[in-house]
Amino acid sequence: MDFSSFAQQFGQQLINGLSLGSIYALIALGYTMVYGIIRLINFAHGDIYMVGAYIAFFATTSLNLSFFPALILSMAGAAVLGMVIERAAYRPLRSAPKTAVLITAIGVSLLLEYGGMLIVSPQPKTFPPLIQTQVYHIGELVVNSQQIVILTVSLALMVLLTYVVQHTMIGKAMRAVSYDTDAARLMGIDVDKVISFTFAVGSGLAAAAGVLVGVYYNSIDPLMGMMPGLKAFVAAVLGGIGLIPGAMFGGILIGVIEAMVSGFISSTFRDAAAFAILIIILLFKPSGLLGKNVREKV
Amino acid sequence: MKEITKKDLLLLVLGLAVYAVVQSLISIEVIGPFWTLNIVLICINIILASSLNLINGFTGQFSIGHAGFMAVGAYAGAILTVKLQLPFLLAIIVGALVAGVLGFLIGLPTLRLSGDYLAIATLGLGEIIRITILNIPYVGGASGFMGIDRFTDFTWAFFLMLFTLFFIKNFINSTHGRACISIRENEIAAEAMGVNTTKYKVLAFTLGASFAGMAGVLFAHYFYIIHPTSFTFMKSFDYLTMVVLGGLGSLTGSITGAVLLTFISAALADYPEWRMVIYSLMLIALMLYRPQGLFGSKELSFKMFHLKGRERRDIA
Repeated sequence: MDFSSFAQQFGQQLINGLSLGSIYALIALGYTMVYGIIRLINFAHGDIYMVGAYIAFFATTSLNLSFFPALILSMAGAAVLGMVIERAAYRPLRSAPKTAVLITAIGVSLLLEYGGMLIVSPQPKTFPPLIQTQVYHIGELVVNSQQIVILTVSLALMVLLTYVVQHTMIGKAMRAVSYDTDAARLMGIDVDKVISFTFAVGSGLAAAAGVLVGVYYNSIDPLMGMMPGLKAFVAAVLGGIGLIPGAMFGGILIGVIEAMVSGFISSTFRDAAAFAILIIILLFKPSGLLGKNVREKV
Repeated sequence: MKEITKKDLLLLVLGLAVYAVVQSLISIEVIGPFWTLNIVLICINIILASSLNLINGFTGQFSIGHAGFMAVGAYAGAILTVKLQLPFLLAIIVGALVAGVLGFLIGLPTLRLSGDYLAIATLGLGEIIRITILNIPYVGGASGFMGIDRFTDFTWAFFLMLFTLFFIKNFINSTHGRACISIRENEIAAEAMGVNTTKYKVLAFTLGASFAGMAGVLFAHYFYIIHPTSFTFMKSFDYLTMVVLGGLGSLTGSITGAVLLTFISAALADYPEWRMVIYSLMLIALMLYRPQGLFGSKELSFKMFHLKGRERRDIA
């Protein structure tokens, strides 16, 4: 392979990786926010992404909605689902040992996956082509309209989230609860409401990612959330869990690395790459690339 | 390790009696092939659940990649009997050793992590093992490893299960086991009391992994074919469910969990789509209403009935 074709393939994989990575970033945001607030790996988060994709699927096929209304409907539906899950499964365990909550999260995840299979059948469904495919050539690189939509929508959502977290009252409350839950409660913050809101926002973002994936790959199935969910968690840890910029950075990084691995090494090792990165990062910098080291208090 | 007590002998006799009854029922075909299969599966699952309990329940390290070690054992064992034509017993030993060595190599760095991070790292490791196997054409890659002879029967499965249970029971009652339990209760305090926490965490992890490897060999030689998709993290969750259902830190709990869940999935064999839904609902309900599992960290024993209502916190 001479240099120019290498550079061309590198650039192409970078574009693919960026669009894939922004999807991981959207899911990772939900993980990181929930973890930041209640220190829970919400295993069910990847499955909310799947539910989001299905809501958009039914919204477009049965209600004949176009892309943006379907996206909004799906985000709203997933937000409600996220709040319901938090209320029913996680809130009663707020003071329980961590293992119990983690196992509950695994249970909720399995319930969504296999309950989903019962409802919508395990067969993959073809996602309707919501965006007309147009292929643009930039020099030797190829970009299609789906990738542009993915990048634009996820960027817009990330900007919106950053605004909400940094400049609104509820965002301030979220940061306060994440910093010190008890102190926040003493200051009159309704902690339950804030946690509920966090789940709603995180689930909405995951649903958006699900719709974007549906648009990108044209195919959705009840187990689609499993792998991306885990990888998004890896992304959140990679960036430094609990940090919103960390999740965005980690997501994009995982996406790019994955695209590079499947482009230059072998696509079968794609899934292993994310986990290998995770383990290496955890060993050398357990708090993630952007995180600070915190010593455990006795 | 403690010397064998009278109680151990009693349990051994009990085990032999159970074996004699079940084996004769199988030979006179009162128990048909379907239930024979499930009884063997129960034995294999008990090995997996109790060895996972050694890591998760007794040492308090949340590992969810058990299927990975099982896969390593299964493939190593199958290579020995199919490709190298070596005896089954050797395959069992080597399968356990290979998985144990891998557990040691993996455990040494990852056990520096704790809680959630360890969970996700072990899950990732399980997946890495599976994906690596998937990419080795020598063992059949994605199409699976075929042509394995059925060496495992009820006798093998039962006696290896007994061996595992006795080993783990004696281990947790030994100094080493107590050290493991102290890590579960409070790692920092254990460390302060002079327990070499890294050593014991790695020890428990290695032992757990090698028993999983042994179970993998049994599994491979019962079902003729092994497949990378037989060892996904869903399988690890199966064993986790058994351990949690029975109670983290209770051997009898793991036995009960393995028996119950194997029966449930056998009974639901005609409705596979419902199996996981019921599993998941059970997990959630269990955590909400009885997070310590059926037995908590207690063992089922005659003592338990004598001291009703009184909190006896000793194990075994």
